Amino acid sequence: MTDQLKTAEPGPGGNPPVRAGLSPRKKQQISRAVQYVILVAVAVAAVLLIDWASLAQNFAKPEVAQESLPELFTVALKNTLIYSVGGFVFAFLLGLVLALMRLSPVRPYRWLALVYIEIFRGLPALLIFLMILFLPLALPGFEVPGGTYGQGILGLTIVGAAYMAETLRAGLQAVPKGQMEAARSLGMSYGRAMITIIIPQAVRIVIPPTTNQFVALLKDSSLVLFLGVSGEYVELTKFGNDLASTHANATPILVVGVTYLLVTIPLGYLASRLERRQGKGR
Amino acid sequence: MIPVRHAVEIRDLHKSFGELQVLKGIDFTVDPGQVVCVIGPSGSGKSTLLRCVNLLEQPTSGMVVVEGLELTDRDADLDAARRRVGMVFQQFNLFPHMTVLENVTIAQRRVLKRGKAEAERVARDNLDRVGLADKAGSYPAQLSGGQQQRAAIARALAMNPALMLFDEPTSALDPELVGDVLTVMRKLAEEGMTMLVVTHEMAFARDVADRVVFMDGGVIVEDGPAAQVIGAPQHERTKSFLRRVLDPTHTDV
Repeated sequence: MTDQLKTAEPGPGGNPPVRAGLSPRKKQQISRAVQYVILVAVAVAAVLLIDWASLAQNFAKPEVAQESLPELFTVALKNTLIYSVGGFVFAFLLGLVLALMRLSPVRPYRWLALVYIEIFRGLPALLIFLMILFLPLALPGFEVPGGTYGQGILGLTIVGAAYMAETLRAGLQAVPKGQMEAARSLGMSYGRAMITIIIPQAVRIVIPPTTNQFVALLKDSSLVLFLGVSGEYVELTKFGNDLASTHANATPILVVGVTYLLVTIPLGYLASRLERRQGKGR
Repeated sequence: MIPVRHAVEIRDLHKSFGELQVLKGIDFTVDPGQVVCVIGPSGSGKSTLLRCVNLLEQPTSGMVVVEGLELTDRDADLDAARRRVGMVFQQFNLFPHMTVLENVTIAQRRVLKRGKAEAERVARDNLDRVGLADKAGSYPAQLSGGQQQRAAIARALAMNPALMLFDEPTSALDPELVGDVLTVMRKLAEEGMTMLVVTHEMAFARDVADRVVFMDGGVIVEDGPAAQVIGAPQHERTKSFLRRVLDPTHTDV
């Protein structure tokens, strides 16, 4: 501040500061022009250097793309949705239990929930899926109910619940303390007040972050691949990978990618719309 | 001798938050049908005292008896006892995710197990009592502060309480809305409701209360008929507090 004003005579109504060189506006124009030139150069280089025919042949071959239909939707997308919606529902329920335990006055409950959250939030989702794969070795005779679907949903539940628990805990804590007091003073028990008054408000608060968590679970459902699924149980990523290997062509990967985006992009918009609407309500 | 059954009986009540002693031995009673106003400077413990009456705060020691049931007994059924005691909060604490009608019916349905039709009838009667018959379908956020507080009063009344607690019910309201709430409370008092009111509204205390209790520093300093405590206070602390409240532009700074 003081440096800029040094050129000017101090005092009311004094001379304006004398400017040396280009104005800030001119400097910005020049910088912008340089950026455009670089951008155009990169684009031209890409057009000239990339073998477009080969790229199209490998990544966007219409015949191969056609081959993926209709199983892309009737099997792969359907299974992806089964794994991720199933995982989401159970992760939400387990997360809610963990969040309530975290806030419980009973100390062992708080510890148990904390241990679970710290462990499963810190482990890669892939590792969880590998553990599920080896579960029958550790517990002979044990089988995850629901077969392949059950295993996939279990993996996503274990991972998702840890995140969901923290989100829901924040939501429960965001409900004003007076709500519980009002409910208790009407004669409701702690559990009754939680179910009818606190949890419904907390869930409303966490809808936007929870939508994002669903998108994350949807992407993590690709890890079902490592359970060694096949046939009618394949989800999008495995489906794309198999088809790409068969044809020695990457087109199915691109097709599958677009299919994921068909679900995740609308969901992202939905989340931000809900967030805006909630912002207004407060 | 048959002991008189008080609506509220408090014996040697102490409450500390950590090192801080908020209540330092309170003895007092409220008789059925009485309206008792508790006044005093902020931090005097009056809200804590009120919250101890329905055990929203766990007293450190002492005895709280409401309607003949000792709430400080460790085996007392607090949920059952609280059904008989209505509470109105400074911040209203209406349930924002429910309409006014649902706010007034939810505890009737879930706690008293009343049927839907009966709960709604009781709710509409009580909304009518507080002048909100036409707001049954509105959400709390659509109401003014005064309307929200009156809805909160209806919510408490719908449980048919034997005793109503008011914790500074008009302190969060715009000045022009205070009158609506005080009028509802006065009507309630005239109908014979037992009321314990923590308030800064001296006009209400003087005109409506049977007794006024002045608290300062966690003890009851003065307890007597409204005309006496407000009109002719005996203690210096009561006098100085009333001077500040009744004539705020002439306090000794």
